[in-house]
Order: sequence, then structure tokens, then C-alpha cells
Amino acid sequence: MSTTQTPVKKNISRRSFLRTGTQVVAGMGAFVAALKPLASIDPDDFGGVQGFLQKHYKEMDDEDMDAALRRIEADVKRRFDVDAVAKDIKPTTGVEFVYALNLSRCVGCRKCVHACVAENNQSRSPEIQYIRVLEMPKGTLDIEKGNHHYDRPSVPDLDHFYMPIQCHQCANPPCTKVCPVEATWTEPDGITVVDYDWCIGCRYCEAACPYWARRFNFTTPEIPKEEVNPEISYLSNRPRPQGVMEKCTFCLHRTREGKLPACLEVCPVGARKFGNVLDPESEVAQILRTKRVFVLKEEVGTLPRFFYYFDERYPRDASQDSYEEMPDMPGVIRTHGGAKEEASK
Amino acid sequence: MKEYFRFLWRCFRLSFHGNWMYKTWMLILSVIALFGLNAWAKQIAGGLATTGMTDQVSWGLYIANFTFLVGMAAAAVMLVIPVYIYKNHELHDLVIFGELLAVSAVTMCLMFITADLGRPDRASHLLLRFNWPISVLTWDVIVLNGYLFLNLHICGYLIWCAYNERKPARIFYIPFVFIAIFWAISIHTVTAFLYSGLGGRPFWNSAVLAPRFLASAFAAGPSFLVLTLLLIGRFTAYEIPKKAIATLRSIITVALTINMFLLGCEVFTEFYTDSAHAASAKYLFLGLNGYSALVPWIWTAISLNTFALIVLYTPVRLRTGWMSTACVAMIIGIWIEKGMGLIVPGFIPTPIGEMVEYLPTQNETLVCLGIWAAGLLLYTILVRVTIPVLTGKLTRTRLYSTGDES
Repeated sequence: MSTTQTPVKKNISRRSFLRTGTQVVAGMGAFVAALKPLASIDPDDFGGVQGFLQKHYKEMDDEDMDAALRRIEADVKRRFDVDAVAKDIKPTTGVEFVYALNLSRCVGCRKCVHACVAENNQSRSPEIQYIRVLEMPKGTLDIEKGNHHYDRPSVPDLDHFYMPIQCHQCANPPCTKVCPVEATWTEPDGITVVDYDWCIGCRYCEAACPYWARRFNFTTPEIPKEEVNPEISYLSNRPRPQGVMEKCTFCLHRTREGKLPACLEVCPVGARKFGNVLDPESEVAQILRTKRVFVLKEEVGTLPRFFYYFDERYPRDASQDSYEEMPDMPGVIRTHGGAKEEASK
Repeated sequence: MKEYFRFLWRCFRLSFHGNWMYKTWMLILSVIALFGLNAWAKQIAGGLATTGMTDQVSWGLYIANFTFLVGMAAAAVMLVIPVYIYKNHELHDLVIFGELLAVSAVTMCLMFITADLGRPDRASHLLLRFNWPISVLTWDVIVLNGYLFLNLHICGYLIWCAYNERKPARIFYIPFVFIAIFWAISIHTVTAFLYSGLGGRPFWNSAVLAPRFLASAFAAGPSFLVLTLLLIGRFTAYEIPKKAIATLRSIITVALTINMFLLGCEVFTEFYTDSAHAASAKYLFLGLNGYSALVPWIWTAISLNTFALIVLYTPVRLRTGWMSTACVAMIIGIWIEKGMGLIVPGFIPTPIGEMVEYLPTQNETLVCLGIWAAGLLLYTILVRVTIPVLTGKLTRTRLYSTGDES
């Protein structure tokens, strides 16, 4: 095949060889110089070899998970010099978690925001927070009218009400649908989680979420050593690497072990309620049965597991008769339907 | 096989030869590309914090350029359709330039997507757990890579045959040409579905988005081809038939008209209804609550597109100078319309009503310029080696003299 040799090759003189050689070396040199910033990377910040080879959460057996947890503990030690205990806590069957938030009570103190950050090892620099509290003018539920950055010497302001927004743990979540690598999914107990070691950081889920509930680690998160929460779990509050998504997990490392979410525990006015909606005796089940409950952006079809409600005008245990006898209550207006019922008696 | 590698080696060597203008052009592009590579390396080390993106505006210039370039790639087939469906054989060889553009544009798309990833080191996860068919992004991965291979095959085969002075066997490329025509529509439709499928973003959640994408792409892509063909005609020995420019011009005219019409439809629906969902559109066109960074951009885009439309509908379109100015105006106009006019305002205000504006950083801009330079470099090389092959100056038996031309 090579009978048609080109004459060009034979014509290479020493001079042109040197010139070409210099050009090649200069080109390669420029290429290497351009890549120099990569030299400053610590491979451990990117998970090292073990992190690179680690399987997807759902594909790991007990042995794989144990190795992953030990790697995570070592990584926390390396990054923060903290001895952490990492666990993988599984959901309990027959449990579906639901959150309910009483808008009549919330005073907008933002204690939940900061308790969440402390519990879940969010980045302090740059600041990442899962809960956003809106200060709403009375007379509207349009969240575009809310003030995200209110700063008052004391709360509540009597002309406003307060609306905290966090992940709604949707039953029909747009965020998990769009993930190209299944790095985020909904657990059987209704909590949508992220495998921080699987996420490729495309941020499509962040664009898809109608509640702006997802956060991205634009750089390696920083947490002061003394503020690191050492009780960590794989799917929730372990310190995150750079370049991955994170979100509220209903504090699953607490709630799956029978405790309450950090945001609820810190709430000074009892505006936050949490529990298993499949248990009819649970407080959240009762709230859903008896209160004036609504979900945010019902029209986008996400079926949130996060409900807002207002207190009734009368005590919850009051019967229809006792309500009518109560002073200061508007009179009961008999409807046509009611009259019919009476007539049929 | 050996002959094939020799062909590649000859092409590789050929890409370093040319007159001083060619060499200067290549040198400038290489330098910009290297600066871009350097900026990207900084981004890998420091994270996407080196960009202007935030949790509020979580996609920016990278995704905007990606979207624009998907359109450029798709539009390359607008040369294919007249040739293979309407049997306009005069343009036969020009198809290859369109397909080379598609190859370069898709390569740039893939580079922009990689630049946008927070963890490109985990790209292999796409192969290990591919969320298909649920995630539209996985569809995009399939159609873009498929389109790249289709076009590589078609023009690679045709050029290889020309190199071997053989007549290409129809069976080896005609079926792929027809697949590529439909595939081209699919790449831009799927890319539009990436955005229009998001119920939480009313600005994107519109059925007209995919048709608008296609219309604007079929205006911008052929405009770029017109410019390329004019440059090839001027700087190389290759003869560009007049008919090619005329065909492309009529395609551009129709596409740009439809694009402007669809934009009007969108604007009417948003503003006449005047619901809360129009917040992003208000921000884009008029400014909202004192925020108005994008207003000058969108009006510049509309002015440029209107100017191009006027040129296309008046006799000055026949003058090369006017036509090329209109093409440049249109490319810039549509680039703004897709980026500043579509991707960024979709994030402002956020779904829960916060107003945060987006301003790209210097590093991010350098990465973008670098990718553009790399793409143009690739396109220049592809065109550079294709022309002598097509004109019969470089074949298996004849080595193209590497002396200067023009």
C-alpha cells in the first residue's frame, strides 16, 4: 500500500527539522502551562480512587457501604480534624413522613434556618441554607410579593405574616425525574435524597424545582472545625464535596431514629409539626383531617408532603352546637342543604 | 487500514500548512483556546464559584452557548434538504461544508456541557446509571452524540471516497443522510424540551419553545454557512456556485420571518394575559422591580433581527456586503435571544420570587471564548483539508503541494 511514498519526507532539512521541533515543543509547553491550575487540586477533595470507583447508593451491598462510610469518616477527619461517626440509616416500612407548618403561629424569627445549618453541616462559606423565610404582606399568598431579606430589630411585624419555604418532599417530584444519572430519588418514606458521591453537578434538578429547594456546592464547602456535627449519615448531613447538589432531607438521620427535625425542635412558637401520616393518631394526620390545609403551587402537580395551615376560628375539639353558643362568633348561616336534611327527618 | 491512517496523517500535516493569513488565524485561535483551557482548569480547581452562576441563576453562559450551538448544528442540514430531497445536485459538494459545521458545532456543544458540569470527573456515571427515558437530558445525550457520529460518518465517507478517487456508493451514505435530516430536527426539539418540560418555570413552560428554537436555528445556522461559503470563495480556489447562496438566503428569510412571528406570539400571550407568570418576560423586556440588566440585550437582539429581516426583504440582499452584514447581525441577534433572552430570564425571578441578576465572570467568559476558538479551529482544519480533497488536489496518488494558495 505504501508504494506511493511522498517525496516530501526526504526533503526535511536540519533547519526545518529544528524549526518544526521548536514549534512542537512550544505548543506542548503552552498546553501544559494552560493546565497548570490542575496541579493545585488535592485528589482527596474529589474522593480519591476509592470515591471514583464507589458504586451508586442503590447498588452497594453492606460491605461496600461499610467501606464508603469509613472513607467518609476518614475524609471528615482529613478535612475538619473531627472524629465523626457515619451511618447509613434505612427507612422504616409503614412510615411516610409529612410536615405541617402553622402560618398563624410562625413569627419569622429564622431560628429554624440556623438550626438546620448547624445540624446538617451546610457550608458556612459560601453560605448554604435550606430554609427561606418570606415576609408576606397581608392580603396575598402570592410568594412573588414576599420579602426574602427582611431585617428587623424584632419580629413579628404585625402588618406581615411569615412563610418559611423548604423542600416539599413531593410525591411527584420534578427534580428526580430530570436527573440524568439517578443521583437523586425519593425514598420509601417519602424523603427525596441525593447521593453526593454520584451527582455530576449538572444542576438540572435545581432548574426543575418549583420551590427553589435545592442548593449547589459551587466550591468546596467550609465549616469551622468546632461547628461540625459529628453524627452524620450517608444520605443526609455528611459534609459535601465541591460540585454537587444538596437539599433538605427532613433530617432523616434524626427522624428515622424517632427524633424530630432540627428546624421543628428549635421553633419557639410550635409552628412546625412533623410525623408519620400513615399513623392516623399522629399529630400531622390529625392536622390534615381537621385544619384548613393547603399546599404551595398546587397547580404544578408536585403533590407536596409539606403542608401549610391556619388555625381555625374555633377550638379544634368544639362541636357544631357548642360553636353556636360561643360568644363573639359569627352566626351560623343555614344553607339550603341543611334545611333539606332537617325536612327529611 | 494503513492507508487510512496515512490519510489522517496527511490531513494532520496539511492543517499546519497555509499562507500567512491562515497561519495567523490559526495562531490566534490556538492562543485563545489555550487561555480558555487555562480558565477551565482554574474552574475545575476552584469550582463553579469561579463563574457568575448562583443558586438563583444556576445556568448561565455555558448553557446559553450550548443551546445556540445545538441550533447551529441542526441547521447544517438545511443544505442537505435541497440537495437530497429536491435533487438540487449543483450544491452536492457544499453539503459537506454544512456537515462539517454540524460536526464542529456538536463538538462545541459537548465542550460547553462539560464546562457546565460541577463534577466532570464523574461523567462515566452517565454510562453506569442512565436515567433514560425519564430524564430529557439523557435524550439529549443520545441525540447529540448520535448526530455527531452520523455527520462524521457521512462527510468522512464522502471525503474518503474523493481521496481514493472513487465514486461513493449510495447505500453507504444516502440512508444516513435521510436519518440525519430527521435527527437534526430532533436535536433541537429535545433541547427545547429540556426547558419547556419544567412546570416550575412558566417562562420556559411553553409549547411554542421548540418551534421557536427550530426557526431561530434555521436562520442562524445557514447565515453562518453563507459567511463560510463567502470566505471559502474568496480565500481558496474553490468555486462557490451563486445558487448556493441564493438557496440559503431563501431558507434564512423564511426561518427568520417565522422566528420573529413566534416571538411576537410569545410576547402577546405573556403581556396581554398579564398574569403573575409574566414576571420573567416583564423582567426581560421592560425590567422588574428596578432590575433591568437584560433589557438592553433583548432590544439589541430584536433590532439586529429586524435589521436583517429588512435587508432580506429588500433588493440590497443581492449585494454581498449587505447580505453578509445581515448574516452577522442575525447570528449575534439570535445568540443574544437564546442566551440573555431565554436561558437567563427563566431564572429571574426565582420560583419563589427572589430577584437575583446574573453577570458572567471573566473566567467564565474566557472559558466560553476558548471553546468558541477551539470549535472554529476544528472547523477551519476540517474545511482546510476537505477543499484540496474535493478539488482533487489531494488524493491517494497525488500529494497536494503544500505551497501557498490564493
